[in-house]
Amino acid sequence: MIRLSGVCKSYGTARVVDQVSAEIPSEGVTSIIGPNGAGKSTLLSLISRLQPMDAGSVAVGGLDVAATGSRELARTMAILRQENHLTMRLKVRDLVAFGRFPHSGGRPTAEDRGHIEYALEQLDLLTLADRFVDELSGGQRQRAFIAMVLAQDTGYLLLDEPLNNLDMKHSVEMMRLLRRLADELGKTVVVVIHDINFASCYSDTILAMRGGRLLHQGTPGQIMQPEVLREVYDIDIRIEEIDGNRIGVYFA
Amino acid sequence: MADRAAVPQAPELTARRRSGLPRAASPAVVLAMLAIATLAAVVLFMTLDLRGNLGYVLPRRAVKVAAMLLVAVAVGLSTLMFQTVTANRILTPSIMGFDSLYLFIQTALVFAVGGSTLATAPVVGKFAAEVLLMVLFSGLLYRWLFTGGARSLHLMLLVGIVLGTLFRGGSSLLQRLMDPSEYIILQDLFFASFNQVDPALLWASAAVVGAIAAAAWRLRHTLDVLALGRDTAVNLGVDHRRVVSWVLLMCSVLVAVSTALVGPVTFFGLLVVSLGYQLCREYSHRWLLPIVGLLGAVALIGGQLVLEQVFGFDTALSIIIEFAGGILFLFLLLKGSLK
Repeated sequence: MIRLSGVCKSYGTARVVDQVSAEIPSEGVTSIIGPNGAGKSTLLSLISRLQPMDAGSVAVGGLDVAATGSRELARTMAILRQENHLTMRLKVRDLVAFGRFPHSGGRPTAEDRGHIEYALEQLDLLTLADRFVDELSGGQRQRAFIAMVLAQDTGYLLLDEPLNNLDMKHSVEMMRLLRRLADELGKTVVVVIHDINFASCYSDTILAMRGGRLLHQGTPGQIMQPEVLREVYDIDIRIEEIDGNRIGVYFA
Repeated sequence: MADRAAVPQAPELTARRRSGLPRAASPAVVLAMLAIATLAAVVLFMTLDLRGNLGYVLPRRAVKVAAMLLVAVAVGLSTLMFQTVTANRILTPSIMGFDSLYLFIQTALVFAVGGSTLATAPVVGKFAAEVLLMVLFSGLLYRWLFTGGARSLHLMLLVGIVLGTLFRGGSSLLQRLMDPSEYIILQDLFFASFNQVDPALLWASAAVVGAIAAAAWRLRHTLDVLALGRDTAVNLGVDHRRVVSWVLLMCSVLVAVSTALVGPVTFFGLLVVSLGYQLCREYSHRWLLPIVGLLGAVALIGGQLVLEQVFGFDTALSIIIEFAGGILFLFLLLKGSLK
């Protein structure tokens, strides 16, 4: 479980995360949705200790994020930010191998290699494993980075807009993979996501944010309501039920 | 006719170059070749044109070679580690004003204590004090610059240039104010030269550079991770702030050592490290650290050899290095590595 209590963060005078308290349940997929500037990504980076918070506390799997050693946290939770660029030339397999650093400290064992191959396979990267990361397309690069955090093999996986740059096929495959990680391996997956319909179809819990505040937390059935979404996004969204999934129609 | 005859050979030549180019070689082969080249350069430097009183000439040359080796390793490693922790390929300690800071400290010391007092002070003690001051100041100054969140490289470059100018301006102000005879003592320190190195200083420097090189080698896997950028490094469990502070500390000691030995060489590090990245196919500090060190040694000793034998001491090595390094720096900027 990830427990947030009274988490705040300001940049200068702008409050980007404002008194957020929530409990994100274990073993499932949780999506954080909200308009641009809602504080979703900042909240994720506070949970993952990439940025220090101004007030409040976060506990991931019982570990206080502010007080636990970075190495121990790295074996508990993995985070991938939206933008990742490399200054050096690395092959995909070497990048993914970095995911094992918290476990092996740079000297991979046979077990580590197993995790690396598994992650490459899961992200459909086996044929690209010996290519250089900077020669890949945006979507392929995104998958390479996700493979790295997958190889980290942590109970908690935080992804900031993992569908960025991915085409429809790979978006669906990505969400199915996250679902499988939660269902079969018992991982706790938290994603920041823009497409409310992906959030609706694949998550157990949705957190809806706006203006730095957590407005609603609930199941897709509770959040995918016209009045709730209107409050979050400021537009009218018609909700249709298709094959048991609630789909928001907002294109026209 | 000569031109026409050369044409058919061209494809052959490129084919041979492609297969024989170091880029295609594994890092181990590159390392072995560099080690041989370094050894050859050292032997040539020691033995070429050897005449006169050997008991006088040989120790002098040995001191020079040792100083060049130390400076090569210090500049190469400090630049490589600095670029790694700042996750860029353009900024170097010199460009960020590290060695101007060192010269400023030197000047301020001469100004405050007096050149004659300083000149009679024990060399090693004086050196230790200078290094200590350098570490203190660069620690305060650069730590907050590099351990914070993401900052733009353009901004950092500007900050570096401004700081460098500030320290140089401060130094020249103090130099105007000081006694002309004291200024002459200082002047010797300001131009890179391998011709006047204090042997006592050499031993102290060797110990310091050796200790830091060993520490860098122990950090090699962590350095690989740091090069991925701050966020990824934190995610992978590196205590970013602490490790980056340590590495910057190591860099400032190395810069202090090399500047104390021979004076500032601004673009040498950039030159050597950029070449190192080109030669080393595998991005891993396991290979990069020794390759950059040896490459620096080959460049310095080889350069000095050519300088002494071909140009007959007509010019200072630092001028050639700065010329080549400056061109490379412009090339890197234009190529768009600065992102």
